[in-house]
Amino acid sequence: MNYSDIFTYMHTEIALIIAIVFGFLYDLIAGKRGRRHFHTVMCVLMVLFIAGTIYPYGEAGEIFGGMFVYNPVFNIVKSILAIGTLIVFLQSDNWLRREDTEFKRGEFYVLTLSTLLGMYFMISAGHFLMFFIGLELASVPMACLVAFDKYKNNSAEAGAKYILSALFSSGLMLFGISFFYGTAGTLYFDDMVARIDGSPLQIMAMVFFFAGLGFKLSLVPFHLWTADTYQGAPTAVTSYLSVISKGAAAFTLMAILIKVFAPMVRDWQLMLWIVIVLSITVANLFAIRQKNMKRFLAFSSISQAGYIMLAVISGTSFGMTSLIFYVLVYMVANLAAFGVIGVIEQNSGGKVGMDDYNGLYKTNPKLAVIMMLSLFSLAGIPPFAGFFSKFFIFASAFEEGFHILVFIALVNTVISLYYYLLVVKAMFITPNDSPIAAFKSDCSTRISLVLCLCGVLALGIVSSVFDCINMFSFGM
Amino acid sequence: MIPMEYYLIVSTIMMFVGIYGFFTRRNLLAMLISVELMLNSVDINFVVFNRFLFPGQLEGFFFTLFAIGISAAETAVAIAIIINIYRNMRNIQVKNLKNMKW
Repeated sequence: MNYSDIFTYMHTEIALIIAIVFGFLYDLIAGKRGRRHFHTVMCVLMVLFIAGTIYPYGEAGEIFGGMFVYNPVFNIVKSILAIGTLIVFLQSDNWLRREDTEFKRGEFYVLTLSTLLGMYFMISAGHFLMFFIGLELASVPMACLVAFDKYKNNSAEAGAKYILSALFSSGLMLFGISFFYGTAGTLYFDDMVARIDGSPLQIMAMVFFFAGLGFKLSLVPFHLWTADTYQGAPTAVTSYLSVISKGAAAFTLMAILIKVFAPMVRDWQLMLWIVIVLSITVANLFAIRQKNMKRFLAFSSISQAGYIMLAVISGTSFGMTSLIFYVLVYMVANLAAFGVIGVIEQNSGGKVGMDDYNGLYKTNPKLAVIMMLSLFSLAGIPPFAGFFSKFFIFASAFEEGFHILVFIALVNTVISLYYYLLVVKAMFITPNDSPIAAFKSDCSTRISLVLCLCGVLALGIVSSVFDCINMFSFGM
Repeated sequence: MIPMEYYLIVSTIMMFVGIYGFFTRRNLLAMLISVELMLNSVDINFVVFNRFLFPGQLEGFFFTLFAIGISAAETAVAIAIIINIYRNMRNIQVKNLKNMKW
């Protein structure tokens, strides 16, 4: 092995490890005055990191005997996740300045970046061991983040629910992987393709494997932890959990399905078909009856995960492009919504109920408009980015002949419009005698909301983003 | 020598005992123990497949080693969270974790 290859192909991971070590040392060494600028330092560090690694240069290659795979499209996905992390950092400042979290803000940055590193390794894995380590590196620090508000019962409860279901799901997934090892004799993705023949044992193993990853993606039969964890976790962590970790898991699932399980394509397409219909429909029906904004967005994110799976089921390179594009658009829209929820929660003494939002437009018109635009984008109303991303997803599934599935998804889009508009109605139309008082949000939250807003408005219209992703993506 | 199937029967029983325990136990620590049972059954699977089917390589053994290490890390975090729950609620029964439902 040529050692210079490590720096060519692993440059993103190495840069991120340097960032983690830097954050850790800064937390340790910086004095009182240094800690006051901790937030700025970490955000600048993230901007530098993104600027240094965003360019998808070079061609595909592998190091460590095929354990770690580099591909320009992986680099695009990693950059998208890093941008999302930067936005979460910007939004978390207000919460981290609170008295009971002030002293452990360094832990927040280090743990968040560690989960990001785990997702990077998971995306670039070329072997199931690497994939498993990446997945666990992404989910173990995440449990710590969910239980970050140590003195709140809800946060502790959410942490317990998250870590127990994460353990359970990784047990199921490992059980599936062990049977793949027994039947194929190797766990390298490249070598496994030739030895996968769709025998009943392998189908069972794939179902177990998919169940494990389905927990991470919160698809419907495996979604029961989602709403509780999302509600109990601190809002910044919830937004990170709902977007970044879900996007990484969805992309990895697609990469593994088309790289490793290509010979069993009929089997996993049938499985995904059922799961998609279930997750979109059930999550939509549950979202209608939610009264808590975080819970409501949790169910909305379950149904969005179902839509993301529509891109996976096609298995084409167009499907992969639309998946990445969907994750990008979903990221900006969802982070904008969670940003508004978080800033309102901070400034109104913890109000997250949907009724509290009545008459928000009267007092905080800008926040109400940002919330409305992001919800429109999540629902897929035409001029916004969400419409185009949904359109590409549907097109990719339709091209492969899943007509009924696309029809069911379309019907569900209409249902989802209903509950997204419930929030808009509460903010703009429903009268309220004591709406949330007007307040001024802090600078970094405002920057993050503007960034998200630009994404929601521009991503669908600036077609070069889609073309750029399309240049590098690959299919079955 | 004991045939391979015997080991697989043991590991599969362990796996499903773990799943059953996870669903029926009402104490967080007992649930954690059940999950550990699941993870350990997988380790047996890997080792047995490696020993009997592919004796020339070490992939399964290494996977087992990493799986043991990672499950230890997960357990540490889980126990830390359970201790935190005990400090907040003075109890680790599942029936107390009902602030958030539906």
